[in-house]
Amino acid sequence: MTTVDDRPAAPPAPRRRVNPVLALLRNSWRQLTSMRTALILLFLLAVAAIPGSVLPQRGVSPEKVNQWFVDHPDLAPRLDQLGMFEVFGSVWFSAIYLLLFTSLVGCILPRARDHVRALRMRPPAAPKRLERLPQHAVLEAPAAADPEAIAAVLRRRRWRVTVRGNEVSAEKGYLKETGNLLFHVSLVAVLLGVAVGSWYGWHGNRILVAGADNAFCNTRQQYAEATLGPRVDSVDLPPFCLTLERFEADYLASGQAARFWATVKVDHLADGSERTTGFSVNSPLRLGSANVYLLGNGYAPILRYTDKYGNTQTSEAPFLRTGDANATEEGVAAFPDANVDPRTGQRDPAQQIAFDGLYLPTAPESAPFVASQFPEERNPAVNLRAYRGNLGLDAGIPGSVYQLDQRQIDNGKLKEIGNKKLAVGEKWTLDDGSTLEFVGTKPYITIAVRHAPGQTLMLGACVTLLAGLMGSLFARRRRVWFRGSPPEGGSPTRGSSLVEAGGLPRTEHPGFADEFAQLVAAVSDDGRRAGRAREGVE
Amino acid sequence: MSALSDQLVTYAILAYLVAMISHAVEYALGNARAVAAKAAAPARELVGAGVGGAGGTVAAPAPAPAETRPSRLAARAVLAGRIAGWVTALAVVLHLGAVVTRGVAAERMPWGNMYEFVLTVTFIGAGAWLAVLWRHPALRRLGLFLTLVMVLLLAFAELKLYVQVTPLMPALQSYWFIIHVSTIIFASGIFLLGVVPAAAFLMRAGWEQGRRSFPYTLARRLPAAAGLERLTFALHAFAFPIFTFAVIAGAIWAEAAWGRAWGWDPKETWAFISWVVYAGYLHARATPSVKRNVATWISILGFLTMLMNLFGVNFFFTGLHSYAGVN
Ligand code: HEM
Repeated sequence: MTTVDDRPAAPPAPRRRVNPVLALLRNSWRQLTSMRTALILLFLLAVAAIPGSVLPQRGVSPEKVNQWFVDHPDLAPRLDQLGMFEVFGSVWFSAIYLLLFTSLVGCILPRARDHVRALRMRPPAAPKRLERLPQHAVLEAPAAADPEAIAAVLRRRRWRVTVRGNEVSAEKGYLKETGNLLFHVSLVAVLLGVAVGSWYGWHGNRILVAGADNAFCNTRQQYAEATLGPRVDSVDLPPFCLTLERFEADYLASGQAARFWATVKVDHLADGSERTTGFSVNSPLRLGSANVYLLGNGYAPILRYTDKYGNTQTSEAPFLRTGDANATEEGVAAFPDANVDPRTGQRDPAQQIAFDGLYLPTAPESAPFVASQFPEERNPAVNLRAYRGNLGLDAGIPGSVYQLDQRQIDNGKLKEIGNKKLAVGEKWTLDDGSTLEFVGTKPYITIAVRHAPGQTLMLGACVTLLAGLMGSLFARRRRVWFRGSPPEGGSPTRGSSLVEAGGLPRTEHPGFADEFAQLVAAVSDDGRRAGRAREGVE
Repeated sequence: MSALSDQLVTYAILAYLVAMISHAVEYALGNARAVAAKAAAPARELVGAGVGGAGGTVAAPAPAPAETRPSRLAARAVLAGRIAGWVTALAVVLHLGAVVTRGVAAERMPWGNMYEFVLTVTFIGAGAWLAVLWRHPALRRLGLFLTLVMVLLLAFAELKLYVQVTPLMPALQSYWFIIHVSTIIFASGIFLLGVVPAAAFLMRAGWEQGRRSFPYTLARRLPAAAGLERLTFALHAFAFPIFTFAVIAGAIWAEAAWGRAWGWDPKETWAFISWVVYAGYLHARATPSVKRNVATWISILGFLTMLMNLFGVNFFFTGLHSYAGVN
């Protein structure tokens, strides 16, 4: 770990008159790019993320946000103004990370420049008094004073070496700073990936019921909810259609799910090709232009209603999981076009029909029929209430397709007219002679379709980030010097010469003493060997 | 197999407890020993406190002082310390057995719920401690704190988190499960171990500055502050890239499983917070104007955020990650 100083401010160039605004700017910039500021901003970022985990977030669970508004009618709007339900998109969160990344860029640019300079420079000359360095040794080796031989030993050990006269300087561990810069640059690249993803990406969610009648084509209208990045237009969505052909789910005896598998037909409208393929949790359907993820599954009961005039309509509306472990579902089957008088062709708003209630994949043997006993369909049944009256669909107020309009029930325009549990194939005759038959079920899946263009960049950046981090944390920068001095009064080739060595760890390096000792030993061994060889020749 | 695993956990807790008591005995007798040793070899024990690299030279035991009462006590203290080390090693073996048999019983990696998670994290922490002890025997006295942490965490897991063996839910059936969870566990285990020298450093540094009130007095016979601080850093620097990798692996897995790499689900949010805090620790330590004890506090804060992620998020929030299986 370098014990770097807070980056030293460049000495201000002597100027006659300093513009106070410029001076202020320069000072602020210096402040912003200091390590201390980076530290504070990092800390702020961590603190700012906390409300995002404590309070429900719109991007993660919008229903819970709505519930929070219901539970805390006073506090919620005020928190909402502060962006507390969208922390990670809020102004203050963005401000913190943008400042941090500005500081980061302001910090790495000058460091990168310095580092490139250092890489091109020769290791510096030895200090005058090597014995003052943390590591110091004097070698007494015959003929070891040859600086080129010493340099060769060092080069073999991958030191960067330079020879000045009788002096050898060497440095190693540039990887530390290289890695550190790579790491910080990668952070910027990750952020860029995030930005690209949110500008050019899009995603949508919906339910897909099995069967060709329920096929879905990739247009914005066909999603229950969709988010398009600011640079994406509805017409940019790649054209394809999906049909759910089969859905399989295996369960353990305990009711825990063991495996899901959805088989879909994909039609690429652009080139007219089609194929049938499967996907699952953990292995999404990758279409190239978008990915399709399996998020959930359930059953849509098929309900056939025959009105008092004998007209038949069928609902295949999906019922949603209530959240219990055994896949109890609830939902609505609405028939707004029921009881249209065939003579007039007029729809009578007071004669609309709807059913709401539960679907149980494995209904119990006896009442109450309020909870399924197993998530698989072993004894499927619906337990429904019938309503007649005005469904309130014409009022233009958007309502949920999974719930009846409670206001219509409260104001008496929609009346409950009975309830019944139906097994598959059973028929229920209402008071006006109309009937409802529970025909069976179709499976459905909940899918997310997503195009996330920044992801490849992010993945690449993560790889370099890790590589840089390891270099930065585990490399160690250090210098050594060797200085030969001719033996006193003797001839330079005869007798023993003295070599002085010094070592300086530039970063914390507990093993440096050992490394230095080994290096010194290697140099003197080499010198001795060379000396012997020379003597052999003579 | 599952019953065997449960028994092994119990034996491991007992062994950690015995080790803890031996460490405590060594501590108690150490006073006398310190008196005796002071005459013979002052501060000899601290020489080997350096961490990392091959430089962990460790002092030979202090030369035997004259036959006095303190010296007999000193011999006993050394014996107690040695016993503590070996019993810890035994506990780690039992602990490993418990993890492995749990995995065999479940026919999968034993990391499917919070109980198994804590069981494995503590094993990594204890195993890494043995590795540290092997290379730097002079740090042995930290074992008192380590075994205390082990006993507390394992007993908590046993009493509060225990669940029967069950197979994995489909969302967890992926090789990313092994990659992501094993690295998270490994990093968490090292971070857990890192807290021990961090806390010891804070107490010892206070002691060395002359504080003589309660928590500091515990540090009287701990190794020198500087060595503890270096160990703290070495452990964190080792764990941080692994943790970084684990978070990245989690994002890759989340992309495949949930359709988004990062969605600010509470677990992800807290992983982000931990990562930023640990990055803050590394920065603080590299900034000379920040004092070492401030930096060390940041590392402890980092571990608190890890704990928050493990316990707080599983108990208080629900998110996509709620597979803790504690209800
Ligand atoms: C996005 C925010 C940042 C994150 C997540 C981050 C993370 C890190 C991490 C994890 C390290 C440890 C690696 C090591 O010790 O070698 C590090 C080191 C370092 N960071 Fe940052 N950093 C950020 C911003 C900054 C900024 C703004 C600066 C400049 C003021 C900066 C300057 C440094 C320096 C000089 C080191 C090297 C410390 C050393 O030599 O040991 N970082 N950073």
